[in-house]
Amino acid sequence: MDAFTTLTAIAAPLPLGNVDTDKIIPARFLKTIKRTGLGVHLFDTLRYRADGSENPDFVLNQDPYRRAQILIAFENFGCGSSREHAPWALLDFGIRAVIAPDFADIFYNNCFKNGILPVRLPRAVCEQLMADARMGNNARVTIDLARQVVLRPNGEEIGFEIDPFRKHMLLEGLDEIGQTLQHAARIDGFERERQAAQPWLPSLHA
Amino acid sequence: MGAGMQRTLFDKLWDSHVVERLPDGTCVLYIDRHLVHEVTSPQAFEGLRLAGRPVRRPEATIAVVDHNIPTSDRRRGISEPESRLQVETLEKNVAEFGVPYFPVLDPRQGIVHIVGPEQGISLPGMTIVCGDSHTSTHGALGALAFGIGTSEVEHVLATQTLLQRPAKNMLIEVSGRLPLGVTAKDMVLAIIGRIGTAGGTGHVIEYAGEAVRALDMAGRMTVCNMSIEAGARAGLIAPDETTFAYVKGRPYAPAGEAFERAVAYWRTLPADAGAHYDKRVHLDAAGIAPMVTWGTNPEAVVPITGAVPDPDAEADETARAQMRRMLDYMGLSAGQRMTEVPIDVVFIGSCTNGRIEDIRAAAAVARGRRVADGVRALVVAGSGLVKQQAEAEGLDRVLLEAGFEWREPGCSMCLGMNPDKLAPGQRCASTSNRNFEGRQGPGGRTHLVSPAMAAAAALSGRLADVREFV
Repeated sequence: MDAFTTLTAIAAPLPLGNVDTDKIIPARFLKTIKRTGLGVHLFDTLRYRADGSENPDFVLNQDPYRRAQILIAFENFGCGSSREHAPWALLDFGIRAVIAPDFADIFYNNCFKNGILPVRLPRAVCEQLMADARMGNNARVTIDLARQVVLRPNGEEIGFEIDPFRKHMLLEGLDEIGQTLQHAARIDGFERERQAAQPWLPSLHA
Repeated sequence: MGAGMQRTLFDKLWDSHVVERLPDGTCVLYIDRHLVHEVTSPQAFEGLRLAGRPVRRPEATIAVVDHNIPTSDRRRGISEPESRLQVETLEKNVAEFGVPYFPVLDPRQGIVHIVGPEQGISLPGMTIVCGDSHTSTHGALGALAFGIGTSEVEHVLATQTLLQRPAKNMLIEVSGRLPLGVTAKDMVLAIIGRIGTAGGTGHVIEYAGEAVRALDMAGRMTVCNMSIEAGARAGLIAPDETTFAYVKGRPYAPAGEAFERAVAYWRTLPADAGAHYDKRVHLDAAGIAPMVTWGTNPEAVVPITGAVPDPDAEADETARAQMRRMLDYMGLSAGQRMTEVPIDVVFIGSCTNGRIEDIRAAAAVARGRRVADGVRALVVAGSGLVKQQAEAEGLDRVLLEAGFEWREPGCSMCLGMNPDKLAPGQRCASTSNRNFEGRQGPGGRTHLVSPAMAAAAALSGRLADVREFV
């Protein structure tokens, strides 16, 4: 996983609430056994017309937003399924950060596993950032994870909250499994105690 | 959570699975059961292979195929190449890593959230995860069960743990009794209508109250299943005599003295008197009617006796715009009576409503009647064993004679990853869990209802009030 430190990039406004994971990547594109290659299907139903041509009204089909690395949306972004294909599709398109008033829990979690930073900011701030993002080529927003700030194009700084553990993992681009396996001895001990205390827990081996 | 404090069911489940608490409050949480299916696991197994890691506890893991498989005769295999590759990849992975597996032609095969409880693989007091958001279903047993992404699937395969922060506690109490013709599905749709699709975000919802206690296990699973549609990763119902009677005798459940010891422990799980909940919601069951969604998320729901709401009556501009978009997509107009909405397709099945009790409810309405002309009505059992049971009871004959299709088990038209999908513009009364745009097929229009309501719609050719049929 790539580390996330600071990002200065074009931000695309997506003024929709309840953007569900079926909207981010419809189920028919989940039949892959790879993590990559999903970017072309990101927001498929919004992005393409029935004949397969691009819908020119959709923000990511417009310049400069085709090169956007930050997405700004409204409430409950990523609701619905647990499919990690949603952050994979965003990442494959080039999105490294999503800013919204709040996120669905599983999607929020999944972002961190893929080097994508989800930033929670109040709705009024998101509306302001969307207005900034509509300035086209000048719509550059900076996100500094170490300092936990978003910088508007006018230089104004807006602070955001993030768990220290998730921040650390993202800043360092660390492999979570490797981190957890440092606790392997504790996991072994826990398993032994649990089996002794609750011997009814069955094995699923035939 | 310090000793002596009154704890909720969630607090007890959480505390009993914490392996290690990190300084910032993140916990290494032990996972008792890991359910695996073909769509969200290939990249996880590939990750293990690349890192040279084994599956830590294959005996705590079970794999099934459900999302992709056709619901027609499967003896000839899967014709669609991408679906076939995903299923074959799962079969290769379970063989290589030694993970127990119910293959397509095994009668125990079915939707992962139907199979787990049915086999006694999911038990009270456990932590249960799966790369699928409807893992919340298993919370009906009094287990902490939630959906995870593929990176977390890999994490559990490798470590049998997850790095998690505790959720907040939310109590939803439904008092009184559900009226005739009103089911668990209507109850949970009414709850989502009340608290909204993000009402449970950051929380685990515990359902309680007389109306919840009165539900059978199938109904409890329906309610917990849709917790995620209210934004909660997990739903819970405290285990009681109904739970123990359901678990007893299941193939993987403890038996004899081990069962008695387990029950003694499970009885300690319900919340202590005076335990703290961060949020509380109350509903009166007597006020709940059969429900139907009109929009493209599950909170856009009204009683079947109601009408499509008017966006102009909505004060918030974004909400108004979203409602207009929903009505445009759904091809509905403000003020239209729900019972006047014609339908093309009926889907009865899914992890929400694919259990034997759901098929009985649909068959009871369909018995001796006919599906309306021009309506295609599918019934898809949640597992091979549910299908066998229904056939033993003659329900397949009742449904087939009424003009329903009787199909093989799987996720099917809930999400249209297999050939069962809506054509653009088609309208479906569905017992599934999501009415998102394109969920059942690109351009398809979904109205979420209970199994009995779906059967009533099939017979009427339009959305209908099941109470006219009972």
